[in-house]
Amino acid sequence: MVLSLLKDFYDYFVAQDLFTKVNKKQRRLAGIYIHIPFCKQACHYCNFHFSTIMKGRSEMIEAIVLESRQRSDYLVGDEVETIYFGGGSPSLLDKEEIEQILAALTEQFQVNGLAEITLEANPDDLDPEKLQMLKEAGVNRLSIGVQSFREEDLRLMNRAHNSEQAHSCLENAKLAGFENITMDLIYGIPGLCNQDWRDNLERFFAFDIPHLSAYALTVEPKTALAHFIKTGSYAAPDEVQTAEQFEILSALCTERGYEHYEISNLALPGWRSSHNGNYWKGVKYLGLGPSAHSFDGRNLRRWNVANNAKYVKALRSGENYFESERLSTEDRINEYLMTGLRTEAGCDLDWIEGEFGLQLRQQLIKAASPYLETGKLMVKKNALKLSLQGKLVSDRIISDLFIV
Amino acid sequence: MQPMENIRNFCIIAHIDHGKSTLADRLLQYTNAVSERELQAQTLDDMDLERERGITIKSHAIQMNLKLDGKDYNFNLIDTPGHVDFSYEVSRSIAACEGVLLLVDATQGIQAQTISNLYLALENDLEVIPVVNKVDMPNANIEDVQDQIIDLIGCKREEILSASGKTGEGVPEIIQAIIDRIPAPSNDGGTKLKALIFDSVYNSYRGVVAYVRIVEGQISKGQKIRFMATGNDYDANEVGILKMDYEPKASIGAGDVGYIVTGIKDSKEIKVGDTITLATDPCEARIDGFEDVKPMVFAGLYPIDTDDYEDLRESLEKLQLNDASLTFEPETSLALGFGFRCGFLGLLHLEIVQERLEREFDMSVITTVPNVSYYAFTTRGEKILVNNPSDLPEGTNLDYVEEPLIGAQIITKPEYIGPIMNLCIEKRGRLQGQTYLTTERVEMSFELPLAEIVFDFYDRLKSISRGYASFDYQLGGYSRGDLVKLDILLNGEKVDALSSLIHRSKAYEFGKKLCAKLKELVPRQQFVIAIQAAIGAKIIARETISAMRKDVTAKCYGGDITRKRKLLEKQKKGKKKMRQVGRVEVPQKAFMAVLKLNE
Repeated sequence: MVLSLLKDFYDYFVAQDLFTKVNKKQRRLAGIYIHIPFCKQACHYCNFHFSTIMKGRSEMIEAIVLESRQRSDYLVGDEVETIYFGGGSPSLLDKEEIEQILAALTEQFQVNGLAEITLEANPDDLDPEKLQMLKEAGVNRLSIGVQSFREEDLRLMNRAHNSEQAHSCLENAKLAGFENITMDLIYGIPGLCNQDWRDNLERFFAFDIPHLSAYALTVEPKTALAHFIKTGSYAAPDEVQTAEQFEILSALCTERGYEHYEISNLALPGWRSSHNGNYWKGVKYLGLGPSAHSFDGRNLRRWNVANNAKYVKALRSGENYFESERLSTEDRINEYLMTGLRTEAGCDLDWIEGEFGLQLRQQLIKAASPYLETGKLMVKKNALKLSLQGKLVSDRIISDLFIV
Repeated sequence: MQPMENIRNFCIIAHIDHGKSTLADRLLQYTNAVSERELQAQTLDDMDLERERGITIKSHAIQMNLKLDGKDYNFNLIDTPGHVDFSYEVSRSIAACEGVLLLVDATQGIQAQTISNLYLALENDLEVIPVVNKVDMPNANIEDVQDQIIDLIGCKREEILSASGKTGEGVPEIIQAIIDRIPAPSNDGGTKLKALIFDSVYNSYRGVVAYVRIVEGQISKGQKIRFMATGNDYDANEVGILKMDYEPKASIGAGDVGYIVTGIKDSKEIKVGDTITLATDPCEARIDGFEDVKPMVFAGLYPIDTDDYEDLRESLEKLQLNDASLTFEPETSLALGFGFRCGFLGLLHLEIVQERLEREFDMSVITTVPNVSYYAFTTRGEKILVNNPSDLPEGTNLDYVEEPLIGAQIITKPEYIGPIMNLCIEKRGRLQGQTYLTTERVEMSFELPLAEIVFDFYDRLKSISRGYASFDYQLGGYSRGDLVKLDILLNGEKVDALSSLIHRSKAYEFGKKLCAKLKELVPRQQFVIAIQAAIGAKIIARETISAMRKDVTAKCYGGDITRKRKLLEKQKKGKKKMRQVGRVEVPQKAFMAVLKLNE
């Protein structure tokens, strides 16, 4: 309860950006992302970097720890407010492995004692012992990949868990004392009708979980799903239905008091994801592990090689294992538009004017005008924002606003 | 200067892919005209485009020297293009020679293009040395091909040489035959300069360089020369012979092949086929056979970025410097803005111009539907040349339209007569005659509307005959046809760049196919798009593109940002290249949709 109160207070600070304001002179905020590139089995839609071969797991953990040491100067003067284990399937990690990584991070960086430590977990990994272990290891936020409560959807997507596990893992997580929980749901799945989707959302509401990430099923190239659709084994996601399900999502969640604070993220007040929120605010982050991305908060992005063996080998031998790019002014503007417009806060036109000049502000308003006329975009309190209908075609709108 | 009896001028006639350039490389190697280092596949083809496509676009010439039996021989090889689009250039090259190597692929036999060029050579009294090439191939059918050659030119079997450009087999025999059988150039007794221009190339340092065969007299550096067709006089700033590079000489004389630099900057001033003489002491008559080459196919070329209009004009002007057969004049389109109506020798020529603009001038263009030249007759009795469907007089002003016809020869195996007949009838062709050249080869003659062979005729002919049909044509006259103007409308707005003139019997199917193709090519937008085909006010086909309901990325976290940003930037760049028709954004490839109707 105390923790929960503290959490509320903390979230309030994050939401209001008070940390940045308070700490502006002393410490900057930063996040750390750790990529755990292993999965039990491959989901048909996934194009993230992972391997289903567990061999070399301990070498991988060692390499990640090694990388954190090598890059200890990356966050000098920054306070780490969020740590995020993503993947892959970080819930495959055992207690020692998590502790080993967290210990290295605490050793190398200034980690806030109240830092949000999120771990992505698969329902089938979350038995009571595992949950207890995660809690002891220091994880205080769980992101659970439920995806659907329906058996047929889970099978179509080749998830490792079944419908029963989707329900029980949430029960177990709450019993283990986790309050800060988010789960993923996927909509637009072929065969998932609008009523099925409403039922999935109702089941989510029934668990009284404060955060939801809801993703439209995306057919990424070179995935099994893309192959099955191409060969006609599966139907392609229906665009109209997907759009309707997005509208249902927003309506039902808003009714229940959730804020649709980013295109794919909804939270009860005070329970937004700090870590992900920082990506959209342009906060600095360090990414560890194969394929992980880092951003210096200004204009340098870099990303590690997306190959487990190469990553481990390069770290051991001191070879280069990453690529980087320096953002031009145009890139920075475009990234701000891309990430900002997806959020509830939108893009702050005053900030744009201050940072990039009046001309850019005017140029953006001009480019936005067809969408302002149709109500897909709006300007509220000097912020450019997407309406619900605008969110549905946000890629197109953002691209049209881009400076190229 | 070389005594005339030691000079041999020859060219090679071959169908495309029959190995002409490779054999030429072998001859160059044998005579040490190129070093091993210089030798790359298709040495004579300068343009990257030529090497990549394995075809010769421009003619080329090179001199080879060989000492044999105590004599110093000069061989001038004039390389010629093999595609039907460029047959005039071939005819001029032939006119510059005394002999010809008739190269026939042992696996494919004689093709129509080869025959028409061979007739050209025979008309010019050239000595023909038949060579069966690719004899090393496992599917070589040497005897059959020899039979075809004997039937065709009436030579003896032992006069036919065998060769392989790949292995070099037969090359010394070919050299010997060139010496023994091709006559040395003869001087008709004239002493006044008479030189045939068989090609010209543009060089950014020297201007236009004329490639010439000196027929009579001689030319020295510094002399004042006259181009007889244009009547213009110039100074011969430099004369010389053609090796791998230009080799300047004090003068070149009768019988020889060489080049003349005049400092001309505009290739239009030098016309292939023209005769050069001395301004101070001109010869009496021009060399026969000169023609002003006329374009056969027209299309609009528009800059992708409307601001690049002037750059496009400059690029076309530069391109025209070494491609005199390209014509262009400004035109405007509602859909595409300011551009040029360009004339080409054929579709291959169009493609080549488009690619050269892109490669050499970094100029991407939108090309409209190609069409041929029509004559429109108005009710008031005027005759109007129509190179652009939009120029067709509207409604009641139009009396009738005439379209150009061609005479076509197709040579094939008897088993493909049926399918080819069907194709030609579908293309509104009329069979004029059918002759068996041998029991296995038949020549069919058709009269066809030129417009019908511009699109997808050649490819379909090849596919229905499994490659065993060759095709050649000559322009015929004009004939009245039931032609209508088919318009395309997007959300009710006419897209002028997509209008075409088409025979009424084909308009419905064509309109339907074109609408369906456009549906594929025009991306969905945030509103419904109606695509319609119309003849006048009558809509004959329609397709609908539904509105885009959803275009949103699911995940946009730390690792997604760079990739997503680049993707959206790319989209925006692509959009910039699109053209606006009303509210509808149309990608450039949609303007070429007509060419891809059957894909």
